[in-house]
Amino acid sequence: MSTESLRIVWIYPDLLSTYGDRGNLLILAHRARMRGMPVETLEVRSDQRLPTTADIYLVGGGEDGPQALGAQRLMADGGLHRAAAQGSVVFGVCAGYQLLGRSFFAKGTQCAGLDLLDLHSDRGASRAVGELAGDVDPRLAVPALTGFENHGGRTHLGPEVSPLARVTTGVGNDGVTEGAWRGKLLGTYSHGPALARNPALADLLLRWATGAGQLPPLDDSWPEKLRAERRAAVAARQ
Amino acid sequence: MPLRAKVATSVSRTAAALSRAAGRGDGSVIGGWIGLKIDPDLLAHLANGRAIALVSGTNGKTTTTRLTTAAVGVLGPVATNSFGANMPTGHTSALAKAGDTPYAVLEVDEHYLPQVIDATNPRVVALLNLSRDQLDRAKEVAMMAQLWRSTLVQHPDIRIVANADDPMVVWAVTPPSARERPPLVTWFSAGQRWHDDSWVCPECGSSIERSGEQWWCVGCPLRRPQPHWLVEDDGVLDPTGAWHKISLQLPGRVNLGNAATALAVAAQFGVRPVDAVSRLGSVTSVAGRYAQVVRDGRNIRLLLAKNPASWLEAFDMADDAPTLLSINARDPDGADTSWLYDVDFAPLRGRQVLITGDRAYDLAVRLEINQVPFQHVRRFLDAVTAVPPGRLEVIANYTAFQDIRAELDRVN
Repeated sequence: MSTESLRIVWIYPDLLSTYGDRGNLLILAHRARMRGMPVETLEVRSDQRLPTTADIYLVGGGEDGPQALGAQRLMADGGLHRAAAQGSVVFGVCAGYQLLGRSFFAKGTQCAGLDLLDLHSDRGASRAVGELAGDVDPRLAVPALTGFENHGGRTHLGPEVSPLARVTTGVGNDGVTEGAWRGKLLGTYSHGPALARNPALADLLLRWATGAGQLPPLDDSWPEKLRAERRAAVAARQ
Repeated sequence: MPLRAKVATSVSRTAAALSRAAGRGDGSVIGGWIGLKIDPDLLAHLANGRAIALVSGTNGKTTTTRLTTAAVGVLGPVATNSFGANMPTGHTSALAKAGDTPYAVLEVDEHYLPQVIDATNPRVVALLNLSRDQLDRAKEVAMMAQLWRSTLVQHPDIRIVANADDPMVVWAVTPPSARERPPLVTWFSAGQRWHDDSWVCPECGSSIERSGEQWWCVGCPLRRPQPHWLVEDDGVLDPTGAWHKISLQLPGRVNLGNAATALAVAAQFGVRPVDAVSRLGSVTSVAGRYAQVVRDGRNIRLLLAKNPASWLEAFDMADDAPTLLSINARDPDGADTSWLYDVDFAPLRGRQVLITGDRAYDLAVRLEINQVPFQHVRRFLDAVTAVPPGRLEVIANYTAFQDIRAELDRVN
């Protein structure tokens, strides 16, 4: 950790906050505070400089225009590249996941991404909307991913990243894999408050940020009930 | 009216009556659906000869339509889709059922505004607000504003009554180029508690700054227009500067804003505010919204909240009393519950909070993170017995609201 407290930055809520993206910031802060960690949260608007010394950076979802604009401003700012190079955690969701790659499509044109993850995105034949589930890369040691996806893009992974999960329901990157990770950078199509249904993934990000091998367990009975209910709902439809 | 349209109208009325008699619904959709099958132009035929106002926006459509209908009623009979059936089938049913009326006030789903304008040739269109709502199946906010804008520029003769406080609405009303004839716009200020969909200028992508009630883009001329009608204290200031006290039976400042909008729309038909204000006070509840029911000594009040902006308004309206929250995610609600994290539930701290509904667990996780203690109940009636006698506020999204309304004998 960079300072006395865990510093979490929410990048450009004015551009990249389509639907409940604030949730990931609230969930990480809540789970850290429940372990007695002091937390500082920062919401950095797109006309402000990005601090380079925070522990976790969150990039949320957005419409095409804001996504392209957000990528441009992040590249001009350069702060996220420096933070990632210094070992900060970066968590991207949906449009925020796409813009961590080499390129993505917005408003019908190819846009340059931040090139932090070895992947690129193009347009799918149809929009992927609905429940998303998958078995997470065993090296990450977290239980199955569950979420809701809503995106028109398809993402193609290069050799330098690993898929976050193998899809069991929904589309994710391409119907086979979902999300990607490398080092302490992680992205997913599970949109909005993705961590609400995946508390173990939230704790993985906290462990990466703090270097802690283990975190004291929390009472996760409500998130577990939610996960079980979603799992049953998906199974009932198949 | 052509013979085909007459037949279609008659069949449509019969079907609606049958649907009601069979207890299958309020008949506000089925009649129109059958009528449109017989005559695809039935809505246009039924609209012909009436002076029509359309009311659209993300929130407040049903209530504003009801208040506007009351205000325009000063002039004579008004046809309206008062059950919130706001797509062309609902409009067709409503006009067929009403028979010949000189006026009609119709609530219109945001997505259907272009085709309903084409079909009904309205004199006035009221545009309330645009915010995020059911994004898994609805258009994103900027796309909706663009749809409105490209429609309105083709109809420069329609009088627009629009919300000066919502940048997305103001942009939708502003013609895309100076070559276009500017529309006739009456601006109202109804306040806007929700700002999270308008931080970025839809015209140029710069930031939108706010100070008090003013807002402006830092990169282009888009800014808040001077409103002609506005809420002041517990009344409405009209364009002549006259202030009218508004005594509503509906709670919350948001409904004062809806009343101002209704008076502004009615004024386009020649209704004087002094003649209409007393009629606004006669509106008690709107398709169950704000309805109050006494059950087992509990005075239950129903508040509908469908999206983040309307949840903020509901917290403002609700008394400091035990509160039941109910969430579903069926088709009419949208399948995605992510919006729960766009709502800050902190105003509920200190109240007894109960939760229920299909997606109560999503709400449970949200409230835990928001540090709002709660109790989960399986059924609505369990909540009634879990609170002490007195006020019970019920805040629910669309189908959850309808479920509870059904338990209370379809209260209106």
